[in-house]
Amino acid sequence: MLGVKLAYLNLKEAGLRTWLNVAVLSLTFIFIVGYQGLYVGMLKDSSRAMIDEEVAGGQYWHKNYDPYDALTLEDSHGKIPVSLEELINQKKATPILIRQATIYPAGRMQTAQLRGIDPAQTIVTIPLSFLDNNKEELPVLIGTKMAKAKNLHVGDSLIVRWRDTNGTFDAVEGKIVHIMKTQVQTIDSGVLWVPLDRLREMTVMPDEATIVTISQDVSKYESYSGWPFKDQKFLIRDLTEMVKADSVSAKIMYVILLFLGMLAVFDTQILSIFRRRKEIGTLIALGMTRTQVISLFTIEGVFHGVLALVVSAVIGTPLLYLFSLKGMPLPQVTNEYGFALADRIYPVYTAGLVFGTAALVMVIVTIVSFLPTREIAKLKPTEALKGKLA
Amino acid sequence: MKNLMIVLLLVMCCGSVQAQELTGVGILEKVDDNLTAENYKAISTMIIKGRRGTRTMQAESWVQGTEKSFTEYLSPPREKGTKMLKLGNELWIYSPETDRTIKIAGHMLRRSMMGSDISYEDYMEDPKLSNIYNVEIIGEEKIIDRNCYVLELTAKEEGLSYHSRKMWVDKERFLPLKEERFAKSGKLLKVYTIEEVFQVEERWYPKRAVFKDALSSGDGTEFIVDSIEFNIEIPDYIFSKASLRK
Repeated sequence: MLGVKLAYLNLKEAGLRTWLNVAVLSLTFIFIVGYQGLYVGMLKDSSRAMIDEEVAGGQYWHKNYDPYDALTLEDSHGKIPVSLEELINQKKATPILIRQATIYPAGRMQTAQLRGIDPAQTIVTIPLSFLDNNKEELPVLIGTKMAKAKNLHVGDSLIVRWRDTNGTFDAVEGKIVHIMKTQVQTIDSGVLWVPLDRLREMTVMPDEATIVTISQDVSKYESYSGWPFKDQKFLIRDLTEMVKADSVSAKIMYVILLFLGMLAVFDTQILSIFRRRKEIGTLIALGMTRTQVISLFTIEGVFHGVLALVVSAVIGTPLLYLFSLKGMPLPQVTNEYGFALADRIYPVYTAGLVFGTAALVMVIVTIVSFLPTREIAKLKPTEALKGKLA
Repeated sequence: MKNLMIVLLLVMCCGSVQAQELTGVGILEKVDDNLTAENYKAISTMIIKGRRGTRTMQAESWVQGTEKSFTEYLSPPREKGTKMLKLGNELWIYSPETDRTIKIAGHMLRRSMMGSDISYEDYMEDPKLSNIYNVEIIGEEKIIDRNCYVLELTAKEEGLSYHSRKMWVDKERFLPLKEERFAKSGKLLKVYTIEEVFQVEERWYPKRAVFKDALSSGDGTEFIVDSIEFNIEIPDYIFSKASLRK
């Protein structure tokens, strides 16, 4: 207790030097929590969007379907297995037929993807009610990125050309009935959503699909021949991998910041021991053991960490709270990444993140505070009293 | 002199009767005879008229029947050395810039060939129309002061790129001076017009033609045949993937 009291008084005595260390440590702590919170928030927000709007409870893919190989799309369609069809009838699954097409926005030939989906489905949260199938022209739903890229607006007409199952060209006039705002690029960029029945009719592919998306309520997944099941984890793996890869680079930054903070504490400790060698000698002469003196100096160092956490709580709480409300805008270039990234990321601070970072800072501060004090063990009290180091 | 006139008149009448007796299939076969050959080698110029300007390319092609063709671009410098090889239903392109050969398949076949109004799919098509279309004569019209049969072609079988075509065939030269290609829904997709013809040996062949994607803006792509030689000997190695890198 005496050690703690002495340590506190010594820190108070050090004045500005103490506050400088505390400021560096608390800034490091706030930065780490804030930045790491961004990754947690990004992962949470993006995976939620992907699950809600695309992935749901998982997907059955036609055996030839590979979203990363456009060449496979030609043959990625087939009749849905009867038992899977039952799941669709129970509204626990929804089939999606994907075909390549060519569109002519403003007279320019562009490739696009036609995705047929049942407008009445409730498995994924896409605003499909706009796809009124009773009109002669093909109702088309697109995302904001697609609309921007092709300069399309609600009410615009565009010619859509495709090949049917036999390879014969067909073309029809389509009308943009709605532009949905979505952060999931895979359902936006280059994609035209149309009614499933219509697309099946257009392509002469009755009862066929490319993927079947399963409701999140379905807990047991059966296997169907020729239709491998892809679970949620698999379907959002690109996102998790990206966040993981990105957070590695962030961790390098944390290490640099922590290193700077620790350097300040380490320097302070070295300087303290050098300047207070007479005091050390006196304390030992008065009967304190070397371990007690080492503990005193280590506690002083640890107090920097404790004070930094208190300052972080006082300054950081409102700051990080404000950050979580305002979020951080992402640069335009991230639109091209192909991930479900929103325009703005809102950080999420978990208890594990805050306490984990605090614990990490404290452990490192303790180690860094202790290391220079080992010099004290080598001190001879008589020499120390004279102001000499052994 | 009078007898000669009678003979000439008779010959002309007989010719006219013969022409009138021609069926749609017969006309189409004559068109095929003009446009297809066992093999040929040609140097042609392609002028692509886009919204941002005009690009001119020259290419040398070797064609063997309907299954094999090899094209090498000679100019402009940017495209020089680009080669295309068609073997049956497969198409490869070699780019000298990257020194790589890529296979064009799937949706890539739908893309425009070198920025022209022709897609790779069009390039891959079997040109012998009488093999794949049913034909009917639906009338006669004049195109560029030439009397033409108007033919309506409908696909004999499923799987052809164009479900139907309308063709204006020169009554004397049996060349389609104008052709419209339609989607299954009846929408006009492509328009092909021959603006100048020339005679090579006994056949008539397009000298200058314009191919236009009816759905896109722009003035189409013009083809000019600079020189052409029919039924020549083409060594087999030309139609091999190895020749792409040569």
